[in-house]
Order: sequence, then C-alpha cells, then structure tokens
Amino acid sequence: MKAFTYERASTAEAAAQAAAKNPGAKFIAGGTNLLDLMKLEIETPQHLIDVNGTGLDKIEAIPEGGLRIGAMVRNTDLAANETVRRDYGLLSRALVAGASGQLRNKATTAGNLLQRTRCPYFYDPNQPCNKRQAGSGCSAIGGVTRQLGVIGTSEACIATHPSDMAVAMRALDAEVETVKSDGSTRSIPMADFHRLPGDTPHIETVLEDGEFITAVVLPKPVGGKQIYRKVRDRASYAFALVSVAAVIQPDGRGRVAVGGVAPKPWRMEAAEAELAKGARATSGILLEGARPTDDNRFKIDLVERTLGAVIAEARG
Amino acid sequence: MNYKTEVSFTVNGEEQLLNVDNRTTLLDALREHLHLTGTKKGCDHGQCGACTVLVDGRRINACLTLAVMHEGDNITTIEGLGAPGDLHPMQAAFVKHDGFQCGYCTPGQICSSVAVLEEIKANIPSHATSDLTQQTKVSDAEIRERMSGNLCRCGAYSNILDAIVEVAEARP
Ligand SMILES: Cc1cc2nc3c(=O)[nH]c(=O)nc-3n(C[C@H](O)[C@H](O)[C@H](O)COP(=O)(O)OP(=O)(O)OC[C@H]3O[C@@H](n4cnc5c(N)ncnc54)[C@H](O)[C@@H]3O)c2cc1C
Ligand code: SF4
Repeated sequence: MKAFTYERASTAEAAAQAAAKNPGAKFIAGGTNLLDLMKLEIETPQHLIDVNGTGLDKIEAIPEGGLRIGAMVRNTDLAANETVRRDYGLLSRALVAGASGQLRNKATTAGNLLQRTRCPYFYDPNQPCNKRQAGSGCSAIGGVTRQLGVIGTSEACIATHPSDMAVAMRALDAEVETVKSDGSTRSIPMADFHRLPGDTPHIETVLEDGEFITAVVLPKPVGGKQIYRKVRDRASYAFALVSVAAVIQPDGRGRVAVGGVAPKPWRMEAAEAELAKGARATSGILLEGARPTDDNRFKIDLVERTLGAVIAEARG
Repeated sequence: MNYKTEVSFTVNGEEQLLNVDNRTTLLDALREHLHLTGTKKGCDHGQCGACTVLVDGRRINACLTLAVMHEGDNITTIEGLGAPGDLHPMQAAFVKHDGFQCGYCTPGQICSSVAVLEEIKANIPSHATSDLTQQTKVSDAEIRERMSGNLCRCGAYSNILDAIVEVAEARP
C-alpha cells in the first residue's frame, strides 16, 4: 500500500472542503472496497479523509412521505430498519443478498453505490485495463467474460457494476444528495448517477472531484409485491451473475431493474409497459441491442427466466 | 507530511494508545503491535473471515479497516471472549462438537458466531429470513447463511453448526 496522510472530518461540508484542499484525496467510509483496492495499489490516494464522524448515520422520515438515508448508514442498519422492511422490502432484500454479515456491518450507503467493478482484469495490475489505467486497453474483451456485462458496455470496457443495493435503489427511484466544497448541494436521480463507459470507463459516476454524498432519498412507498432475486454461482456470499429487482402491482404492472448485466443498474421504463404480457416480452425490450460474448450469452436467457420466476412469485 | 497518527481504543477491556503508520490495518495493529495473535490473517481482503473481531459488539473484518479509524472504540478479540479454564460458552461448544480441524479459521468462526446470535436476537434480517415483518428466529438455514462470511477449508461446517445451535438453545 502507498503511504498517505490522514484526517478525520466531522461534518459533510468539512469533508468536501478537505477534498478540495488535498488533490489526490479520497473519502474513506466503511473502507471495505477502498482498502481492498489500496492494498493492490489499484487505488493510490495521497490523503484519506475519514468520514465516519460526520454524523450522517440516521434514517429519517421526510414530510412529503419517503425516507432520507444518511450516507453513513451501515448496510446492516438499513436492511434492519423497520420502515424499510415494511415499505421498501426490495431494498432490505437486496442488501442482505450482498456480501457477508461482517462486511454489511461496515459498508455504508454511499460507499456501496461507489464500489468499483469486480472485473478480474481490473483486479490484476499486470493486465491492461482502461478502467484502472485510462487508455491502456481492455483485457476482458477476448478474455474470460462470464461475470461481465452484456448491455450498456463499450469497445473500451465491458465491466458491470457489482452492487445489489444500487439495483433496488434504481427500481425505487432513489435520489442521491451531495454537497460540494463551495457548500452548494444537488440531488441526482439514480437513473443519472452512474455513467456508461463510452471511451472513458474510468469515470464511473456524474460526481465531481471532491463532491461528497450526504444522503440517499427514497420517494413515497410504491406498495406492490417487492422481490429481489439474485442468481449466483453459490448460494451465499457471491456477486450476482444476474439479479432482478421488481415491484409488481396487483394489476400486473410494475417496475424492473436488473443487476449483473451492465455498468449500472439496468432499467427501461419502455420494457415495464410490457410487464403484464410476461417475462419474455419485458426482457426482450429491456435487453434489446445487447452485445453478449460467447461466455456470457447465457445471461440473456437468465434474465428472462429470473424475471419469469419473479412474476410467478408475485402472482403467488 | 505526517504518515503516522495516534489512536487509542480499548482491546479486551484494556486501554491501548498506539502511534501507527496510517496504513496499519486493525488486524495488523492487533497482531503486530499488541501481539494478540489469536485473530488470524487469512486472505487479507475481506473474503475469508479469519480476522473477524467484535467492535462495539458488532463483528467486522479487521483486515479491511484501518487502526486509526477506531479512536475510542471497544474491541473484543478471541482472547477477550474467554481463556483456557474460563471458556466462553461458544468456545466450549466448538471444542465439544469438534468444530474445527486445523483451527486457523476458528477464532474468526467463534467471534462471528457469538455476533450471529446477537444479530438474530436484535432482529437483524438475513438472506434466509422468510418474513421481513416477523422477529427473526434461530434455524439451521439462518445460521448457515449468516456464517457464510467465514470460510473453513477443513470442512468442519456441520460441527460448527451443531456448536452454534447448542449455544443458541441454551440461551434464555
Ligand atoms: C468479499 C466481498 C464480497 C462482497 N460481496 C458483495 C455483494 O455480493 N454484493 C454487493 O453489492 N457488494 C458486495 N461487496 C462490496 C461491498 O458492498 C462494498 O465494499 C461496500 O458496500 C462499500 O462500502 P464502504 O462504506 O465500505 O465503502 P468504502 O470502501 O469506504 O468507499 C468506497 C468508495 O466510496 C467513496 N465514498 C465513501 N463514502 C462517500 C461519500 N459519503 N461521498 C463520496 N464518496 C464516498 C470512497 O472514497 C471510495 O471511493 C463485497 C465486498 C467484499 C470485500
Ligand atoms: S472490462 Fe473494463 S474493467 Fe474489465 S479489463 Fe476491460 S476496461 Fe478493465
């Protein structure tokens, strides 16, 4: 690991200001992704800003209906929250489908959204990777791609975003609230938060340098049957090959976001219009234009079958 | 440039004051600085669970957190749970049920399983929980799922499960 200087920030504003003052700085929350990558020298911050003391660890009801989840709320606490379990069951389910009990006790809401890909070539510093080192090439294309993406990918990068929580957040139309060093704030819909790779796969979100996430806001509960189904190579403690987050209403309409297939949670409102017709029609539109490899073509069928199982479960 | 930071925390009831290189993980602080070698380094990437310790009563992977991030925290390692002659009930149950072979993953398994029973009691759900709106209950499926972050290469899993179930059943 490269040496770095360290400070603790006690407010969100102070964290953003510290980042502006220290080029090459990174925030550290749970540390479960950042430290992993620092050990491999894939991340090499010169300065760490510990944001665990910022006090953003509350889940609060908002007057218009909905929930404001502090950026530092741990994945365990979010999954266990009574309101979340009752009104946003999809989110609890997605959270407990990810990582392990130990990791969820540390992992935070903001850190989870910003975790980096699990592409095996990204993790191997001996291989070219456009995401790790811009312009060096993509070792995955033509390589082993079972875990990698089938849609939204580019000639420069075919990696997926690995978060389970983010898929549920997308289906629930969450918004990400931030503060910048000048004190200005903004709210970014989950749909716009993660970027597609294009020819700059190293830029993964619309966050600006040093912009700090303060909260994630869930709109009013949408009701319906909420189901998160994750398909993986072992029954527990593995990343998704494919995951489906769905909210299905009694009349058969609903929402679907898919994980494990794209550089961001994959959702198309046009596909949801087909939900009443079934899984084939819906996934056909959702994955239209997919460019799978021979290794991961199975994901196309797997999305359809997983969605079929979800719809059947919702109907009871 | 200051690459070192002072940090104080409590380990197994004893106050500790350390001045460490910022890069020092909690795991390395425990093992190399405090010589508490019960906590094991397996993969050092949060995948195997051998480094599991309790921080303010919650289990975490000591390898994926920096020592300097634990100012004021209360840390319990396997040494703090119990000692020969005065074993923690979970330690005694692991011995009784032969919940190990080589023993390398065992401190992490035991710290984790102590926390698992607390998590179930505190109604924290898991992937094996069928109804999110009901109080979670101890079951084989719940324990297996909740222990999946602790790998055992000797394959002592069924005995580990027996040990945890016995402690769960003995509790009020
Ligand atoms: C073995 C293993 C298995 C896993 N399995 C799964 C899985 O199955 N599913 C899944 O979804 N995840 C899985 N994970 C990933 C885990 O969910 C993430 O590591 C975790 O959510 C990251 O959160 P953190 O708080 O620890 O982030 P950190 O590591 O602290 O930070 C991650 C990034 O976010 C930035 N950041 C943190 N907070 C803020 C903020 N407030 N504002 C701006 N930037 C910020 C940091 O600078 C850093 O770049 C696994 C991880 C491991 C190690
Ligand atoms: S797919 Fe993306 S992350 Fe993987 S090697 Fe190619 S550029 Fe790197």
